[in-house]
Amino acid sequence: MADLSRIAIIDYRMGNLRSVQKAVEHVGGAAHIVTRPDEISEAQKLILPGVGAFGDGMRFLDELKLSDAIRAFAQSGKPMLGICLGMQLLFDGSEEDAPSDAVDGLVPGLGILSGRVVRFDNDRGGQRLKVPQMGWNALRWDRPDPLLDGVNQGDAVYFVHSYYAQPTDESVVSMRADYGGDFCASVHKDNLFATQFHPEKSQRIGMKILSNFVGL
Amino acid sequence: MLMKRIIPCLDVHEGRVVKGVNFLNLRDAGDPVEVARVYDEAGADELVFLDITASHEGRDITLDMVRRVAEQCFMPFTVGGGIRTIDDVTKLIQAGAEKVSINTAAVIDPDIVAQTARRFGRCATVVNIDPKRVPREAFESRRRSLPGAGPARDQGPETRGEYIFEVHTHGGRKPTGLDALEYARRVVELGAGEIILTSMDADGTKDGYDIEITRAVAEAVDVPVVASGGCGSPEHMRQVFEQTRADAALAASIFHYGEYSIAQTKQVLIAAGLPIRPAA
Repeated sequence: MADLSRIAIIDYRMGNLRSVQKAVEHVGGAAHIVTRPDEISEAQKLILPGVGAFGDGMRFLDELKLSDAIRAFAQSGKPMLGICLGMQLLFDGSEEDAPSDAVDGLVPGLGILSGRVVRFDNDRGGQRLKVPQMGWNALRWDRPDPLLDGVNQGDAVYFVHSYYAQPTDESVVSMRADYGGDFCASVHKDNLFATQFHPEKSQRIGMKILSNFVGL
Repeated sequence: MLMKRIIPCLDVHEGRVVKGVNFLNLRDAGDPVEVARVYDEAGADELVFLDITASHEGRDITLDMVRRVAEQCFMPFTVGGGIRTIDDVTKLIQAGAEKVSINTAAVIDPDIVAQTARRFGRCATVVNIDPKRVPREAFESRRRSLPGAGPARDQGPETRGEYIFEVHTHGGRKPTGLDALEYARRVVELGAGEIILTSMDADGTKDGYDIEITRAVAEAVDVPVVASGGCGSPEHMRQVFEQTRADAALAASIFHYGEYSIAQTKQVLIAAGLPIRPAA
C-alpha cells in the first residue's frame, strides 16, 4: 500500500542522494530511495536527482530498466522534479561526450521534453566565462510558478554545471539566470518540474523551493 | 549574474574542528555539524573542510563527519586533505561530499585528477595548489633533475629573471620542481573543475592575498579559482576580487575568531559594487 505523503527519490548510481532525501525531510516531507521500475509507478511524487556525466546517467537508467517507468510517470499527472543532471536527462539529448557520428550530435536522453543540452561556451556573451559555472546565481522569472511561492526575484541559488538545457518550447522555461547571457535555470510543464540548480544545497531559498514541491 | 563566493575553511582532525569557532555561544565549538550550521545561518556561501587527520583509522571518523554534515547542512561544501587514492575520493563522495580537493596526490600522480573527473565529473574535482616564490636558480636546478622538464617560462613582467612560483607540498616545506602556472593548466586539462590556490608566501600573514600569483593562475585557466592564504580583513577580499579573476575567497581565522562576521564582510564587498549574495 503506497503512502500518499511519500516522495520517491530515484537511485541510479549517479551520486549521493542523502542530501536530497534529508532536505525533503527537513521541510516536512517523507522521502524514500527507490531503485526499481515498479517502485516508480507506485510513487505519488518523484524526484530524479543526479550529478555526473549525461551518458553514464542514461546508461544506468537503461541498465536498471527505469527509463520507461520514468517516462510513464511523467505522463501520469503526478508531480515530478528533476534536479541538475536529473533535469538534463529529461530532454532529447546532450552534447556532453557525444561521439562525432551521433544523431543530431547528441547522446540521447529520456525525450520527455523537447530540446538539447549544450555546454557553456567559454566566450558566451563576449566574456571569458569560467566553466563549470560554480556558485550562487540570481533567479528571475516572468510568470508565477508553484515552486516560487515565498521566493523573491533576484534570490540566489547554488549552481554547479558545465551544461544547460535549451528547451525547444521556450514557454516551459520557468526560471532564468544570467551567465554570459540568459540560460534556462528551471522548467515547468504540467506536472513536470526541473531545476538546473541544487535546491538541496541552496540553504533557505532551496528549502523554500523544495517545500513548495512537497506541498504540491 | 554569478556571485563571488565567501568560503570559511575549517581544519578538522579526527572528525573535530580544531581551532574551534569561538565567535558565538556554541554548545560544542568542535562539532563540525554545529559549526557548519552556524556558518550556514551566517550566510557563508560554501565551506571547505580540510582534514588534517594522519592515521588510517582516523579516515573513517572523517567519513562519518562528512556524512553527518551532508545530512544536516543544506549548503555546498568541499572536503580536502589526506586524499591519496581514487578509493579515498570515492569514499568521500559516497559519504556526501559534493567536491573533493586533491593536493599532494595530484603532484605525485596527476592521473588521480583524470580518474576523479571521469568517475564523478569535473564539477566534483578540485585541485589544491600551494605555490611559493623561489629564486629562479634554485628552481632551475631542481627542474633539471626532473625527466622531460624544460626551462621554466616567465610568469609575468614582475618575476622575469628573479623568482618562480613553485608548487610545494607539506604546507610549503617540500618543493616539487613544478611551475605553478604550468601545473594549473595541466590539472585543468586532466579534469580539475576548480582550483584552490593557497599562497605559501601569504598564508598565515594576514597581510592580504597574494595578488600576483592569484592573478596569474586565474588568467591562465578557465575554471573557477578560489584565492586562499593571507586574508586578514574584508578589504583583502575586495582587493583580490577587484584585481584578479578569482571567483571565491577563502578565509579561516578572521571568521573563526570573530574578528569579522560574514555579514560585515559581505557588506564591505557589496558596498564596493561586487556581485555578492547578501547574508540572510
